[in-house]
Amino acid sequence: MNFSEVLKQSNQLCKVSPDGKYMATCVQYRLMVRDINTLQIVHLYSCMDQVMHVEWSADSLFILCAMYKRGLVQVWSLEQPDWHCKIDEGSIGLVSSRWSPDGRHILNTTEFHLRITVWSLCTKSVSYIKYPKACQKGMDFTSDGRYMALAERRECKDYISVFVCDDWHLLRHFESETQDLAGLEWSPNGCVLAVWDSCLEYKMLLYSLDGRLLSSYSAYEWSLGIKCVTWSPSSQFLVIGSYDEKVRILNHITWKKIKEFEHPGTISISKAVVFKEVEKSVVVGRDDLSIHQLTVGNSLFSTQSKYEIIELPTQVPVIKPDLDRANPKIGISAMAFSADNRYLATKNDNMPQSLWVWDMQRLCLLAVLEQTAPVRCFNWDPCRPRLALCTGNTRVYLWSPAGCVSVNVPVEGSFQVQSLFWHCSGNSLILLSKEQLCLCYMDSDDKK
Amino acid sequence: MGDWWSPAMMPDPAHDTKDLSSISGISMSPSRQNSHPSLHSTMTLPKTSYSVLSAFCTEDNVSQCIVYINQELCSLGLSGVGLECVSDGLSSVPVLNLLYELLQLQKRSQRGLQELENQQLKNNSDLEHLQHSNSRLKDQLEHTRRENSGLHEGERRLQLKIKTLQNCLKSEKDEVQKLQSIISSRATQYNHDTKRKERECTKLKERLNQLLMDNRDKKLTIEVSNYVGRSDGKRGLWKTGKMEARHEGEMYKALLSDYESRQRSLMLENSELKKVLQHMKKDMISILSPKKTCLKTEQTDDSLEQVGSEGEEEAAESSREMLEQSCEQAREQLTNSIRLQWRKLKSHMERLDSQASLVACQEREGEDQISRREHEDEIQIMRLEVQQCKDFIHMQQQLLQQQLNSPCDDETAALLNDCYTLEEKERLKEEWRLFNEQKKNFEKERKNFTEAAIRLGHERKAFEDDHAAWLKTQFLNMTPFVDRKRPALPESECASSASTEPEAKIQSTPPLLTKSQSHTAFSTPKAAPVKMPSTADLYRSLRLIPDSRGHSRRQSGETVRSRLRNGSVDCSVFSLVRDENSPI
Repeated sequence: MNFSEVLKQSNQLCKVSPDGKYMATCVQYRLMVRDINTLQIVHLYSCMDQVMHVEWSADSLFILCAMYKRGLVQVWSLEQPDWHCKIDEGSIGLVSSRWSPDGRHILNTTEFHLRITVWSLCTKSVSYIKYPKACQKGMDFTSDGRYMALAERRECKDYISVFVCDDWHLLRHFESETQDLAGLEWSPNGCVLAVWDSCLEYKMLLYSLDGRLLSSYSAYEWSLGIKCVTWSPSSQFLVIGSYDEKVRILNHITWKKIKEFEHPGTISISKAVVFKEVEKSVVVGRDDLSIHQLTVGNSLFSTQSKYEIIELPTQVPVIKPDLDRANPKIGISAMAFSADNRYLATKNDNMPQSLWVWDMQRLCLLAVLEQTAPVRCFNWDPCRPRLALCTGNTRVYLWSPAGCVSVNVPVEGSFQVQSLFWHCSGNSLILLSKEQLCLCYMDSDDKK
Repeated sequence: MGDWWSPAMMPDPAHDTKDLSSISGISMSPSRQNSHPSLHSTMTLPKTSYSVLSAFCTEDNVSQCIVYINQELCSLGLSGVGLECVSDGLSSVPVLNLLYELLQLQKRSQRGLQELENQQLKNNSDLEHLQHSNSRLKDQLEHTRRENSGLHEGERRLQLKIKTLQNCLKSEKDEVQKLQSIISSRATQYNHDTKRKERECTKLKERLNQLLMDNRDKKLTIEVSNYVGRSDGKRGLWKTGKMEARHEGEMYKALLSDYESRQRSLMLENSELKKVLQHMKKDMISILSPKKTCLKTEQTDDSLEQVGSEGEEEAAESSREMLEQSCEQAREQLTNSIRLQWRKLKSHMERLDSQASLVACQEREGEDQISRREHEDEIQIMRLEVQQCKDFIHMQQQLLQQQLNSPCDDETAALLNDCYTLEEKERLKEEWRLFNEQKKNFEKERKNFTEAAIRLGHERKAFEDDHAAWLKTQFLNMTPFVDRKRPALPESECASSASTEPEAKIQSTPPLLTKSQSHTAFSTPKAAPVKMPSTADLYRSLRLIPDSRGHSRRQSGETVRSRLRNGSVDCSVFSLVRDENSPI
C-alpha cells in the first residue's frame, strides 16, 4: 500500500472523472484537473467565486462548478480549455445543480424548490419543471440515463413525474400513495421505482416504469419508519433500513420480506466475527527517535491500532439517543452493497462505532467492526469485495472476507480522514481530510 | 358434725340413724363387720378423754349411751355384735373389738383422706396446668384475633388502594383518551394548517414565478461560447406526436425486455427445479419400488396401499409427461402425486425405522442362539474327534500289547535286546564324556594349584630371604633378640588353630556342601576360574601355607564362613577345594 503526496482541496471538493483518467479538485475559486496517474495539473480554471459543488459530466468532457451563494454555475470543457459556459440563475437563487445523464443539460434547482431549470448546452434552450418537492431524494435518473423520476408536490398531494431525458418529454405523471413522500430511487435495471414515505409512516411503494403500482410494503405502524433505502446492484433485493434498528430485505418477484437483519446490542451469533479496534500508545525507544521518525512525524505521539477478534457473546457500544428531539440518532442510516451483491454493510446510528457486514448469500451476519471512534464514511471497492472506512482519525480501515486491517496514513502532520471514495478501477482510494487529500494505492496483486 | 355430739340431740339421731345405717350398711364392706367387739373399747376412749368436759356418758345414762352407740355402730355397719350391758359395766372384749374396728376404720378413712387429699392436690395442679394452658390458648386466640384483624385491616387498605388505583387508571384512561382526542384534533389541525401553509406557499411560489416571468429577470442567462453537439452526435428533434409515440414504444420495449429477461431467468430456475423434481421423483420411485415387491411377498393384507402406490406410480408417469406440457394442468396432479409419494415415503421410513429396531432386537437374540448352536456343534465335533483319538490310541495299545504278549521270535527279541543295549551304551557314553570333562577340569584345577603352590614357595623363599636380610640388618643394628623371636611363636600357634578351625567349619556345613556339590557338578568348570577366592585365602584355609599373620586369622575364618553362606558359587569352590584337597 502506497500513499501519494498530500494535495490541497477545499470544501471536500474532489471528484474523479467517470472514465477514471482525471481528478478535479477545487481550492477556493480555482478548479484544478490533474492526471490521476501523475497527479500533474492538466488544466487550471478560475471560477468567479468560491466553488460549492463540482461535478463531472457522464462523458468526462465537462466539469460543472456551482457557486450557490452567487446563484452561478460555470461549466468547463476538458477538450477545449478556452470554451466555457456560465449560467446565472438570477435573483431567484440556487440550491442545487447537477448534470443530466447525457452530459448536455444542467438541472438547477432554485431556492424554495420553486422550480427546476433545465439548461441545454446544445441549444441554449431553457425549460422549467414546476413544483419539485423538497425532500430527502426527490430526483433520480435510471442507471442507463434514459429516464428521470421527479417527486412533485401539488395541492398537498404527492405526484411522480417520469421524464425521458433525451428531450425532457413527460412520459408519465401519476399520484403517489404517500402521505409525505420522502424519496424515490430507480432499481439498477431501471424498471422499478421505489418510493418511500417520510419517517412518520413506514410505507414503501414500488412503481413500474409505466406508473403502475406493483406493490406496497409496510412493516409496522405508529412508529418512526424508513430511514434509508438501497437497491442491490443486481436489482434482486431492496433493502430498507428503518428507525427500529432493523434492515428488511424485499425480493424482486413478490416484493415481500425475505429476511430481517437486527442490530442487537449483544452479539451472540456464533458465525459472526467481531473485530474490535484496539489502540495502543507506542512507546518510542531512545534509539527510534531518529530524524526520519521525526520528519515522518506521524508515529511519534500517535497511537497504534490493530484489530482483535472478540469472543462471543459481546456487547456493542450503544449510545442512548434523545428520542424527544427531531431526527433522533437511532436506526439504520447507511447501507451499501458490495459490487458482487455478496455483502451488505450497514451502520446503525445509535451504535455509531460499529459497522455491520452481512452475507447476502446465507443471509446472516458475517462480521462486526467495532471502531474506537464513530464511523464517518464507508465505501465498497467497485471491483472487489473490499470495504474501506474511516472514523475521522489518521487511519484507513479495510475489511475483506479474509480479515481486517488498519493502516496509518503516513503523511506529514496529521491527516484526519473525514471521507473516502474509491477510484473506479478499485486500485486506489482517495482520502479526504478537512483541507487536504491523499491517494492511497492498493497493491495490484493484493492478498485480499 | 359437732351438732351430733350435743346431748340435746341425743334422742333424735335414733331414728335418723336408721336411714344412715341402712346406707352405711350398704356402703360398708362385710369384712369390717367382723370386728365389731373392738368398737367397745374404742368407745371407751372418748369416754375417758371427754369425761372432764363432756357429759356424753355419765353414770346415769350408760345404758342409753350403749344403746346410742349400738345404734351408731349399726349405722356404721358394725351392728353385728352389739354392746351388752353387764351389771356393772361393759364387757371389755366386744368394746375392745369394736374399738379396734373403729380404729381400723379410722385409719382406713385417714388413708382414704390422705389419698383424696393427694388426689385433690394432683387435681389442683392439673387444674392449674389446665388453667395455664387455657390462659395461654386464650392469649393465642387473642393474638390470632389481633392478627386477623390486622390482616383484615391490611386487606381493607389494599382494597382501598386498588380502588384508588382503579380510579387512577380510569382517570388515566380518560386522560389518554382525552390526549388521544387532543392529538387527533391537533393532527387534523396540523394537517389542516400544513395544507393551508402549503397552499399559501404554493400560492407564493406561483406569485414569485409570475413575478419572475413578468419582470423578465435580466440576470437569468446562459452564456455559452459556442454550442456543444449532442453526446450521441444526433441533432435534436422536434417534439411531435410521433416522438411521443416513440417514447411510449421505447418505454414499453424496455419494460418488455425486462419482463422477458425476468421470465427467462424464472424459466431457467423453473427448469432447474423441474429437473431436481424429476430426479427426486425418480429416486423416490426407485426407492419405493423394491420395497413394494418385498411388501407383496410379506404383507398380502396391505393391498389397499399397494393399489394406492401403483396408482401413484401411474400418476407419477403421467405427471412426468404432464411436466413437459402446461404447468397449469399438471400442477394439481403433480402436487398431489408428490404429496402422496411423500406421505408414502414417510410411512415407509417409519416402518423401516420400526423394522430396523425390531430386526436389531431379533438379531441380538439370534446372534446368541446361533453362537450357542455353533458352540454346541463344535463341541459335538470335538467330542467325536476325541473319541476317535481315544479309539485310535486304544487300538494301538492293544496292538502293542498283542505284539508284546505274543511269543515273539528270536529275531525280534534280539532286535529288542540290541535296542536296549544300544540305548544303554549311548547313555554310558554320555556319562563317560561327562566324566572325562570333569576329569579334565579337575586336572586343570590341580595344575593351577600346583603352580600356585610353587609360586607361593618361591614367594616364601623370597620372604624368608628378606626376613633374613632384615634380621641381619636388625642384628647389625644391635637390636635385642626378643624382637626376632616374636613372629615365630604366633606362627606355630596359628598353624595349629587353623588346622582345626576350617575343618570344623566344613563339617558344620555338610548339608550346604552336599547340596552345592550336586549342584556344581557341571557348573564348576565355568564358575571356578571366574570366581576364584584370593589365593592367599585359599591356601590359608587349605593349610598349604602356615598363616604368618596371627592377628588376621579370626578375621579370615569369619570371611570364609560368610562366603560359605553367601552363595553357592563360593561354596562350590570351597567344596571343590576340599575334594581336591583330600587326595593330596
